[in-house]
Amino acid sequence: MKKKPNTDSFQYYPLGDSAIVIQLGDQISPVINKKVRAIAAWLDEYSFEGFIEYVPAFTTVTVYYEPWIISYAKLLELLREMLNELMEQEEIHAENTIEIPVCYGGAYGPDLGFVASHNKMSPAEVIAIHTSVDYLVYMIGFAPGFPYLGGMNELISAPRKDSPRAKIPAGSVGIAGQQTGIYPIETPGGWQIIGQSPVQLFEVSREVPALLKSGDQVRFVAISETEFKKMRRTKDGN
Amino acid sequence: MGIKILKPGLLTSIQDAGRYGYRKDGIILSGAMDARAWKLGNLLVGNTEMEAGIECTLSGPVILFEEDQLIAITGGDLSPELDGIPVQMWRPLYVNKGAVLTFGQALSGCRSYLCVYGGFDLPQVLGSYSTYLRAGFGGWEGRALKTGDQIPFKSAAPAVPAHNNWSLSTQMYQQKSADDVIRVIKGPEFERFSEKSIAALFTEKFKISKEADRMGYRLEGPGLKLRKKEEMLSAAVSFGTIQVTAEGNPIVLMADHQTTGGYPRILQVASVDFAKLAQLQSGDLLSFELITLAEATTLLIAAEQKLKQLKQTLTFKYPFHA
Repeated sequence: MKKKPNTDSFQYYPLGDSAIVIQLGDQISPVINKKVRAIAAWLDEYSFEGFIEYVPAFTTVTVYYEPWIISYAKLLELLREMLNELMEQEEIHAENTIEIPVCYGGAYGPDLGFVASHNKMSPAEVIAIHTSVDYLVYMIGFAPGFPYLGGMNELISAPRKDSPRAKIPAGSVGIAGQQTGIYPIETPGGWQIIGQSPVQLFEVSREVPALLKSGDQVRFVAISETEFKKMRRTKDGN
Repeated sequence: MGIKILKPGLLTSIQDAGRYGYRKDGIILSGAMDARAWKLGNLLVGNTEMEAGIECTLSGPVILFEEDQLIAITGGDLSPELDGIPVQMWRPLYVNKGAVLTFGQALSGCRSYLCVYGGFDLPQVLGSYSTYLRAGFGGWEGRALKTGDQIPFKSAAPAVPAHNNWSLSTQMYQQKSADDVIRVIKGPEFERFSEKSIAALFTEKFKISKEADRMGYRLEGPGLKLRKKEEMLSAAVSFGTIQVTAEGNPIVLMADHQTTGGYPRILQVASVDFAKLAQLQSGDLLSFELITLAEATTLLIAAEQKLKQLKQTLTFKYPFHA
């Protein structure tokens, strides 16, 4: 006998007259992220009449639609069916691990020293801890290609800066509270910057502009300044 | 050849319907703030509704026409003049080579749209002409227009049709009244707010603060409080989402809003009132009227149908383009 999928706990509600939210839980967890990804993969493949696009987040998938083509009630029915089917499959999607080279400290990571002293350790220890785990991309938001990463070791957490910097270069890797992240474009920001990556997380002229997507795994790899400059050059040469 | 910007105005940018399909990558929608006015402008010059238009804000630009063209000016009334002579909005206008378009006082609303026959000849970025000001791509070099910019036309002006002297029925667009009522439906976190806050939401007026731009309008009014403090996980937001900050101030999200947000979403503006909202500016007062999802949907579908009818009517006026 087939196990009855547990989709009763899912909630559906409108975000205005042209979007519906599917809520899959209320905690940040890799299990929920897997469900979010399953829905995203289904929408990528099948779509439907009146579908505009979707936005995955920590515990939700928001689906934008054209109400003059499909009604809220019809869409609700369609999504419910889709979810019942999806959760029965329990299909494991291949995980994509992306290595992000980072030049830590110095001019590239002006706050590495602060993060180290704040946690009573050496900068080398901060780097060792930061590069020791795989981070899960829960969602993309805030800026083009900006990943919300989960899985940072609390031992290297650090408060935001009292006043944000006016300009943080693209590729900067930072820590804010128990979160770590990478700035895809130059923006103002209050994160403690511990390093910089020569990899472009967002490049509008690329076929897929955003390097990361929800469900990807990120691994930081420490590189030297020489390697950083070489990678930048290679990139510019392209 | 096309137009040349002689003076840029306060914030003049290339916009269309927006950049759809990339919000999951954190790429904002952008697009015309008053999408209806932009759409109608395109229809008035016989375009499909997808051509890029120029969005002018409050203090408009000075634009030289380097070639004859058929144009339309729609949206807020910023007192447009051609060679110093006031011109009618919401109608097709033939403009001669060398003519200069200027804007003056904002008589109603704050955003005007200039559409030209055939559209502007620009590359689409990720499927859209819209300018993404913060990320610096799309539109014209990814930025607001500056003095000296020369934006080329896609097509030369069409032959002058026999019946050129007509304008759009005022029913197709509504002018802003002094005291605006914005229709809203409940947002996902509506029930989390205190009874007192909910009551205030629909009985008191809100003022659009100085912090009002293409990203959103911060409102001033009664403080809005949650029943109990609850952490919210970031989730998708939309044009017209009304979030409430920790200090209790509502923010209405507009065309350049970020794709996700972490503040409770108390209300969502009905799509049919986006155009009205887009023409409001700092200092304006507004109040909210609660309607149901079904009502909002019915209103939106009716508006879409009206637009469809107009498109059909216009195929008779522009047989050369149909």
